[in-house]
Amino acid sequence: MIEARQLTKRYGDKTAVDGVDFTVRPGAVTGFLGPNGAGKSTTMRMIIGLDAPTAGTVTVNGRRYAEHSAPLHEVGALLEARSIHPGRSAFDHLMVLAHTHGIGRARVTEVIEMTGLQAVARKRAGAFSLGMGQRLGIAAALLGDPQTIMLDEPVNGLDPEGVLWIRTLLTGLAAEGRTVFVSSHLMSEMALVADHLIVVGRGRVLADTTVQELVLQAGGDTVDVTTDDPAGLRRVLTGPGVEISGRPGSEQLSVTGLPARAIGLAAARHGIALFELTARTVSLEEAFMELTKDSVEYHAANTLVGAA
Amino acid sequence: MSTLATRVRPVRTTGPRVARSEWAKLWSLRSTWITLGLGLLFLVVVGTIAALQYRSSANSGQPMDPDFAGATTYSLALFGVTFSLIAFGVLGVLTAAGEYTTGMIRSTLAAVPKRLPVLWAKAAVYGALAFVTGAAGALLAFVVSSAVLSSTSVAMSLSDAGVLRGLLGVGVYLGLVGVIGVALGSLLRSTAGGISAVVGAFLLVPGLMSLLPKSWRADLTPYLPSNAGESIFALQHSTGSLSAGAGLLVLLGWTALALAGAAYRLKKADA
Ligand SMILES: Nc1ncnc2c1ncn2[C@@H]1O[C@H](COP(=O)(O)OP(=O)(O)OP(=O)(O)O)[C@@H](O)[C@H]1O
Ligand SMILES: [Mg+2]
Repeated sequence: MIEARQLTKRYGDKTAVDGVDFTVRPGAVTGFLGPNGAGKSTTMRMIIGLDAPTAGTVTVNGRRYAEHSAPLHEVGALLEARSIHPGRSAFDHLMVLAHTHGIGRARVTEVIEMTGLQAVARKRAGAFSLGMGQRLGIAAALLGDPQTIMLDEPVNGLDPEGVLWIRTLLTGLAAEGRTVFVSSHLMSEMALVADHLIVVGRGRVLADTTVQELVLQAGGDTVDVTTDDPAGLRRVLTGPGVEISGRPGSEQLSVTGLPARAIGLAAARHGIALFELTARTVSLEEAFMELTKDSVEYHAANTLVGAA
Repeated sequence: MSTLATRVRPVRTTGPRVARSEWAKLWSLRSTWITLGLGLLFLVVVGTIAALQYRSSANSGQPMDPDFAGATTYSLALFGVTFSLIAFGVLGVLTAAGEYTTGMIRSTLAAVPKRLPVLWAKAAVYGALAFVTGAAGALLAFVVSSAVLSSTSVAMSLSDAGVLRGLLGVGVYLGLVGVIGVALGSLLRSTAGGISAVVGAFLLVPGLMSLLPKSWRADLTPYLPSNAGESIFALQHSTGSLSAGAGLLVLLGWTALALAGAAYRLKKADA
C-alpha cells in the first residue's frame, strides 16, 4: 500500500509534482499514466526516498520507506534511470544488493532464472542490451520478495515476448495480493494489465479511476447516426443537453447527450429512416489524450499550433 | 509461472550487512584489483629502485649523490609512499564517486535508504583494505631494500627500533588517505573532481605553501594532510614536524572533516 498526501516536489521554480494525493492498494495492478514530464518518475523516486519531497508525505505500508528495517522487503523498485554499475556482472550486482539484507545466493539464482538472465548472468552489465538491462532491474526489484512492486516504464526496450512476460508477471504479483504500481505513457499497454489507473499531467492527478470509468468519462456517450434526412433528425433530437454535429450535406451526424436507444425510437416515431446507429466507443488511447490534452508539456511542433 | 517462488526469510539491514555488501562491491570490479595492485607495485618497486640506486652510487667510489644525503634503508625503502598514495586515494574516490557516475547509487540507496550506513561502511571497509595493503607493501619494500643494502653503511633490519611501528604507520597513512578519497568522491560525486581534490590536497597544496609568508609557512606546513601523514611513520622527527601521535591526530581530524562534508551532502541532497 502506497499513500501520497499533498506530495510536492519543486526543482528550483519548476514544480514537478504538485500536491498529489493518491492511494495504491494491494491486490491490484495500478497504472500510473501521464505524458512526458508529468512527474511520474519524480513521484516514484520520492516513494523510495531518493528525492525528498518539498512538501507533503508519502508512505509505504504506513511508514516512510527509510523507516523500514528491511526496505527491499517492502518495495522492489525498477527506476527509469540506469541504476547499475556497468563493470559488475548481473550476478554480482544482485549479490551486492542481497548482502545488505542478508539474502542468500539461492534467492539471487532464483530471480536470475525468473527473469531469464541465466545465460548472461556472469557478463558485465555494461554490455547488456536495453532489454537485458531492464530484466536485470526487474530481477533486482523482485530480490527481496517485496510486498509492493513499483516499476517505472518496465516495457521500455523489451521485445514482444518480454512485454508479454511482464504482463503475466504483474497480474501474477497482484493476484498474490501484492501492491503493483506501474508507470507508462502508453495507455494501450496499461489497458491490458491495469485494474486501476492514476492519470497525472503537469504534476497533478487528473483522474484516479478504473479503466472502464475512464473510457466512459471521456466522451463514451457519442452516437453516430446516418440517415437520409439529417435536417429532419436534427429537428427531432434537439433538446436541452443534446449536441448534434455533422458536416452540411453529409448524411452522418454525431449526437452527444442521448443514448442510441432514444435516438432510434425518436427516429421511428417520426418516420425517419436510419442506415446506421452506432454508440461510439472511445479507445483508451483517445480517452487518455482527451484527459491530458491541456497538460501535455512537450507538444510536437505540428500539434503546438492547434493547442496554443 | 510462479513469480516469487521462495519466501525470503525475514530480512533486515544491519551495519555488518551493509559492510559485507561494500566488500562485495569492491571485489566485483576489475578497477579494484588493478588500482590496489598499482599501489602495492609503486611501494615495492619504487623502494627497490631507490635502494639499488643508492647501492650503486655507494659502490662507485664517486662522491655520494646529494639527493641521498641522510638516506637510510628505511627512507629509501619508503620512497614510493607518495606514488602509492595516489593509487590508494584514487581507488577511494572511484569507490564512492563511481556510484554516482554510473547510477549505482540509486540501487544502493534503495537498499539502504537511511544512507549514512553506506558511507560509514564504505569508509571502514575500504580504509581497512588500504591499511592492510599499505602496511604489507611497506613491509615488503623494507624487506627487499634491506636485502639490497645489507652490505652498505646504511644497513638496517626489521628489528631496529621503531621500524615495525613505522611500517605499520605507513599502512595507517595510506588507509586514511583511502578514507579521505572515499569522502571526497562521495562529497563531489565526480571521479575527476574527487581525484583532483586528493591530488591537490596531498601533492599540490604543500607546493603552494611557498607562496605564504615565511613565518606562517613554518607554523602551518606540519598540519597539512601530507606532512601530518608523513609524521606518522617518520623515524626521526625534526624540530619543525609533528610527533607520530600528533601527526595521526591531525590526519584523523582532516579525515573527520572530509567525512562530515560527505555525510552532510549524502543526507541532505537528492540522490
Ligand atoms: N533532478 C531534476 N532537476 C530538475 N528538474 C527535474 C529533475 N527531475 C525531473 N525534473 C523535471 O520534473 C518534471 C517531471 O519529470 P519526471 O521525470 O518525473 O516526468 P515523467 O512523468 O517521468 O516523464 P516521462 O514520461 O518522460 O518519463 C519534468 O519537467 C522534468 O524536467
Ligand atoms: Mg519518467
